[in-house]
Amino acid sequence: MRAVDAIMECLKAEGVEHVFGIPGGANLPTYDALYDAGIRHVQCRHEQGAGHAAEGYAKASGKVGVALATSGPGATNLVTCIADAVMDSVPTVFLTGQVRTELIGTDGFQEADISGITMPIVKHSILIQAPRDIPRAIHEAFHIARTGRPGPVLVDIPQDLSRADIPYEPVASVRLPGYQPTTEGNAKQIRLAAKALANSRRPVIYGGGGVINADAAKEFRELCVSDVFPVTCTLMGLGAFPADDVQWLGMLGMHGTRTANYAMDEADLIVAIGARFDDRVTGKLTEFAPRAKFIHIDIDPAEISKNVPAHIPIVGDAKRILPKLTAEYRALGADRSRLDAWWQRIRGWQEKYPLRYDDADDGEIKPQYMIQAMYEATDGRAIVSSDVGQHQMWAAQYYGFTRPRQWINSGGLGTMGFGLPSAMGAKVARPDEDVVCLAGDGSLIMTVQELATCVTEQIPVKVFLMNNGYLGMVRQWQELFWDRRYSHVEMGASPDWVKLADAFGALGMRVTDKGELGEALKTALSEDGPVLVDVHVTKEENCYPMIPAGQAARDMVG
Amino acid sequence: MGEPGTKEVLNLEELQASGGVRTGRRHVLSILVENKPGVLARIAGLFARRGFNIDSLAVGPTDEASMSRITLTVDGATHPIDQVTKQLHKLIHVIKIRDLEPDERVARELALFKVSCQDGESRAQVMQFTEIFRGSVVDVSKRSVTVEITGTDDKVEAFEDMVRPFGLIEMVRTGEVAVARGRGAT
Ligand SMILES: Cc1cc2nc3c(=O)[nH]c(=O)nc-3n(C[C@H](O)[C@H](O)[C@H](O)COP(=O)(O)OP(=O)(O)OC[C@H]3O[C@@H](n4cnc5c(N)ncnc54)[C@H](O)[C@@H]3O)c2cc1C
Ligand SMILES: Cc1ncc(C[n+]2csc(CCOP(=O)(O)OP(=O)(O)O)c2C)c(N)n1
Repeated sequence: MRAVDAIMECLKAEGVEHVFGIPGGANLPTYDALYDAGIRHVQCRHEQGAGHAAEGYAKASGKVGVALATSGPGATNLVTCIADAVMDSVPTVFLTGQVRTELIGTDGFQEADISGITMPIVKHSILIQAPRDIPRAIHEAFHIARTGRPGPVLVDIPQDLSRADIPYEPVASVRLPGYQPTTEGNAKQIRLAAKALANSRRPVIYGGGGVINADAAKEFRELCVSDVFPVTCTLMGLGAFPADDVQWLGMLGMHGTRTANYAMDEADLIVAIGARFDDRVTGKLTEFAPRAKFIHIDIDPAEISKNVPAHIPIVGDAKRILPKLTAEYRALGADRSRLDAWWQRIRGWQEKYPLRYDDADDGEIKPQYMIQAMYEATDGRAIVSSDVGQHQMWAAQYYGFTRPRQWINSGGLGTMGFGLPSAMGAKVARPDEDVVCLAGDGSLIMTVQELATCVTEQIPVKVFLMNNGYLGMVRQWQELFWDRRYSHVEMGASPDWVKLADAFGALGMRVTDKGELGEALKTALSEDGPVLVDVHVTKEENCYPMIPAGQAARDMVG
Repeated sequence: MGEPGTKEVLNLEELQASGGVRTGRRHVLSILVENKPGVLARIAGLFARRGFNIDSLAVGPTDEASMSRITLTVDGATHPIDQVTKQLHKLIHVIKIRDLEPDERVARELALFKVSCQDGESRAQVMQFTEIFRGSVVDVSKRSVTVEITGTDDKVEAFEDMVRPFGLIEMVRTGEVAVARGRGAT
């Protein structure tokens, strides 16, 4: 059979039901095979849209997201998505067409060395050299993308090889001698960790995106409630622990709560689970959690002691390790009341420093209010896919996520324009859920063409645009740290978002008055098709509290 | 402050952090890799991206056709060596990495020195040094000799110091290759 038909068989064997992409010369054979392969292809309007859609799909479902592009510009348009996926550990496979083998290296038409370009930002890449290698390569790609620390895998397929005839036999298993992720966790280390927990008086559990990746929210919660451990999560871990729980301290880090950051500062023991001590979390490293010892559970050994030296490292899959740790901990019979004094201190901070903002008493819509209205309108149940900026931080602070895979955003790379295509992918993966794209006006216009995809492919995402007329996050930094010199951050009044939505064939709505917001959002949610709600919010509101870059928890402002 | 209540007492203060240490010395890493296209580019790229410096790198086939061995030397003063090896391990084509300690490795490097010899006397001296260093003269011209030296990098550097005063026209070094001492595989 043709190699491209074998690719379709492999995709189906991997359980792929949906792919996102755009055809072109070098992947014409693949698209010919796709024509009647029984896999739903979502034809995006830009390869970046396809790539982020694949990420949103993966983040919402836990399955591998797949994006397709042709050689040259098609492939290079995926670069941002690949970088995004590697930073946030998103299981994704990117299939690119390459020019014919005889043209490789000759600056042939639409030739770009995409494996070379993406080498520093992939988990792995495979440049196909012989047609018979293709099926194995596809299965290896999926295996590598989804296991261990997930990430993007690129498979670059020269056009002539993809058309070749190959004897196809299903591939039963992949064997990669250099790739054997550790999953179980060292039993002695787990016991030591349990003992350390039982002996700590000021513990904090710090969960990250790895808990969600591992599908271990339940196991995570069980550890947290095996005693009254205070719990915080990173931006990527939100939803791993319900925000309405009494043990929840809020997000930590630059725009986290004072309580979470102060607790880290005074903790005697921190249990990091699937979290990588990013600089947005630690601030100034030398002043980060200076009194604490660290238990670090991560599937990637290279994360252990990369930024913060671990005292009890445990390498493995959180889903496998957490139940063992919980069982060991319970067996030790620690006295819960030893944490009373710690909770007293924490409750003190919570009372003194709740998340707060000055609401307007006229019709003005404060951005924080908008998030609360969004929460009300969706009953707190929507899957929220966010762009990057202030709106993203306000959502993290005010939406109160209660379940994993409910919050989808670009954390490591901070890619503006992520929100809409990612929401699209999430909606394809979870058609029965309300999927909301929380957009910023600066971000949305970077990938707004995907509204056309949503309309044409009938993917009813609801875009709630927090329109402040600024590149707000940058404006905030200019206001606070650059003497209010607003250099090139104004967005002006263009476009007219309602007309733009209309032009795409989506429903556009505008809200400028607080009193109308809740109803408008509900109307949008009840519509059958894609809707864009342009919500005009306070133009110059700052996102607080915050740890200024490179400073410590104690230096929080606002 | 409340008591832990558990019978398994542990003083948190006694826990020691591990990893992230700078050893301050040169490390010789012997890396067994699958012989796949681009594997060297991946390793070099990883060093570039993580800001690690490669002091020397030698690569060649092994006794097994599907494998190559890379011997790489890194300065353990500027980078935590465990980060370097852990990041290398993440490359799918890297099968095995061994950080060969000085007392458990045999290491050799080959160097070619083209030394200027203006007269018979300096030529005789260079040839005498060559003998002392157990090297060999591989080419001679009217006003130069080319010497091959094999040994550890210390030896190569010592020879360099000896002949530099004569006028070193050129020097090429392969970088060290190493194997583990004794019967066991590296
Ligand atoms: C404008 C902006 C502001 C930001 N502000 C903040 C902020 O205030 N606070 C904040 O926290 N972040 C903030 N971020 C995000 C930040 O940049 C990082 O992306 C984030 O902190 C990283 O989250 P994480 O540590 O959970 O790691 P992730 O990037 O989610 O990494 C997951 C970790 O889990 C491990 N892992 C994966 N699978 C498993 C498994 N099965 N078992 C065990 N381990 C596993 C991985 O190896 C990795 O180490 C901000 C980003 C932006 C764009
Ligand atoms: C692709 C890209 N370009 C630039 C930036 C830098 N940046 C970070 S936040 C931000 C402003 C985002 O503006 P907007 O989407 O309107 O959101 P707001 O902060 O106003 O809520 C910019 C420009 C980025 N993160 N990504």
